[in-house]
Amino acid sequence: MAVMNNVDAVRATLHDALKNDERTLIMGEDVGARGNVFLITKGFLEEFGPKRIIDTPLAEASIVGVAIGMAMEGLRPIAEIQFADFIYPAFNQIVGEAAKTRYRSNGDYTCPLVIRTPYGGGVRGALSHSVSIEALFYHVPGLKILAPSTPADIKGLLTAAIEDPDPVLFLEHKKTYRSVKGEVPEGRYVIPLGKADVKKPGNDVTVVSYGYNVHQALDAANRLQAEGLSIEVIDLRSIRPMDKGTILESVRKTRKLLIIHEDNKFGGIGAEISAMVAEEAFFDLDAPIRRLCGPDVPAMGYAAPLEEEFMISTERMANTMRELAQF
Amino acid sequence: MAKAVTGRAGSLERHGLSDEQLVAILRNMLLQRQLDNRGFQLNRQGKIPFALGSEGHEAVQAGAAMAFVRGKDVLVPYYRDLGLVLGCGMTLLELLNSMFARAADRSGGRQFPNHYTNRELGMLSISSIIAAHVPHAVGVAYAFTYRGETDRVVLTSTGEGATSEGEWHESLNFAAVHQLPIVFMCENNSYAISTPQNYQMAVKNVADKAAGYGMPGVVCDGMDPLASYEAVKAAMDRARSGGGPTLVEAKCYRYLSHSTDDDDRTYRDRAAIEEARKNDPVPAFERLLLDAGVVDEAKIKQLRADVLRETNEATDTAEAFPFPAAADLYKNVYEGDHEPWQ
Repeated sequence: MAVMNNVDAVRATLHDALKNDERTLIMGEDVGARGNVFLITKGFLEEFGPKRIIDTPLAEASIVGVAIGMAMEGLRPIAEIQFADFIYPAFNQIVGEAAKTRYRSNGDYTCPLVIRTPYGGGVRGALSHSVSIEALFYHVPGLKILAPSTPADIKGLLTAAIEDPDPVLFLEHKKTYRSVKGEVPEGRYVIPLGKADVKKPGNDVTVVSYGYNVHQALDAANRLQAEGLSIEVIDLRSIRPMDKGTILESVRKTRKLLIIHEDNKFGGIGAEISAMVAEEAFFDLDAPIRRLCGPDVPAMGYAAPLEEEFMISTERMANTMRELAQF
Repeated sequence: MAKAVTGRAGSLERHGLSDEQLVAILRNMLLQRQLDNRGFQLNRQGKIPFALGSEGHEAVQAGAAMAFVRGKDVLVPYYRDLGLVLGCGMTLLELLNSMFARAADRSGGRQFPNHYTNRELGMLSISSIIAAHVPHAVGVAYAFTYRGETDRVVLTSTGEGATSEGEWHESLNFAAVHQLPIVFMCENNSYAISTPQNYQMAVKNVADKAAGYGMPGVVCDGMDPLASYEAVKAAMDRARSGGGPTLVEAKCYRYLSHSTDDDDRTYRDRAAIEEARKNDPVPAFERLLLDAGVVDEAKIKQLRADVLRETNEATDTAEAFPFPAAADLYKNVYEGDHEPWQ
């Protein structure tokens, strides 16, 4: 197994897809000569040519909209939105069009489209290079949303996304791009969508998270191990469809639930998980459900203290896990 | 400035069309007029919740459809394209199934009337979000180029209001950058629901906007099916021969309210419509074909009778079909069985 970071995993998976399926192409801002702003597609233009690696005009609605047309006509486009913060102009195309193509045509047309985008903070991205967008889209049936946190999961899920017959929003946390390394299986590797992964088994508290926060939650859980606390960390990986079974099974075992995500708390993914667990496993709980999430402000500021205040520290995670364990 | 294609000719200019094709155009126009009436009638009878008319658009649509090559080209129409989809192969019954929202409708009764889908005919499914379908049309054209299918062209249409939308602008820009085989047809009927063109744009012709994208812009008389055919055909030929995209503006008029839910008396002077009615393309084209000896009075009478009978038959058939089942609501959210989140 090769060891690589998250950027390399995205890059290797895209490269495999381009190699293996001629219908696959990549389109977005600066994906060509520049090789994407994070150098994910570096060298692709030379290898696959400008028809398959398209430097698009600077216009997000048409990056997604044109990709939808390609997908409806049988290609397998992978559209890139340079930063998740720039996805708003494409909102209509994603929510009003891609998500409804199969439904409104009653299966006559489908939209096998992947939209990749880097999201999240902790990289001094200020107001418009740091946001999380998943809650804006997870309300939408017809879409699938993935947010893997490790190189292996990226390979398995991005491959699944590209092969999926429906539109998938693929979220890559920027702070994990080069900070997270791990082993990646060789050859073809596919993880079915909609399956969470228990990254660390435990008995005292269930932590459900995704993205960069998973790595912090694992750090915190390992620290608490020394105190004799056993924390189970579930990496959601797939936000829609969501793996109800794994969450409920874990909560019924630990009887305590902490949900952690960087995205704002109000109306966030955690609210849905919390409501689901309250509906289905209320009598299995020994403590109120807790959520650690981004604060109710528009975005994190550029200044270091403003960013740090927004991001959830590992320390806070450990403290909340301890409180819950001791409840 | 955009180039203008012939206005209405006093005498018949065939543009290479046979008698049979000329009659097919007339028949399409008569059918559109009949179907428009039928939609509004059924709505006023309380049989269907909603209908959209394309009265005043008969000429441009019947003409443009004649330039479409079935089995090759792809059509990405907008919601006022009754005649265009008829001319490109949709059947009367399909249109009535859609009006009645029956299970037999290709969208399974999900879509509003006039929002068609027909993959076999190469007709893309559209939403009601104005201009949202235009980038899809560009994507299809890109796919043709990508696969080296050099003889295929995309025809997409909008009203003039759609040309204010960002997605319309982005689409023309993208298509021009890549010199894609696509024709953007604008059926300019002067009104976006109630908003007149002068509140929509500061240019006289939609086609003038083409200059901003580096593509040709052409204005044609959308009340003349043959001028419309000529303009669209030339643009399709150009696209087919690798010449890239064209914006074709067909000046037409909307005789009816925007839809059965609209009342144009609140914003449009009756005198303006009466004036525009003098320019009605249906009797004008009948007259043209009569004068040229392509048809006689008996033929026109027969065409009108056929169109009425076929519309009646399709109406009765569609009305007798069942609605979709309530359980169909849950189908085709994703591929395979969808387990709804509960």
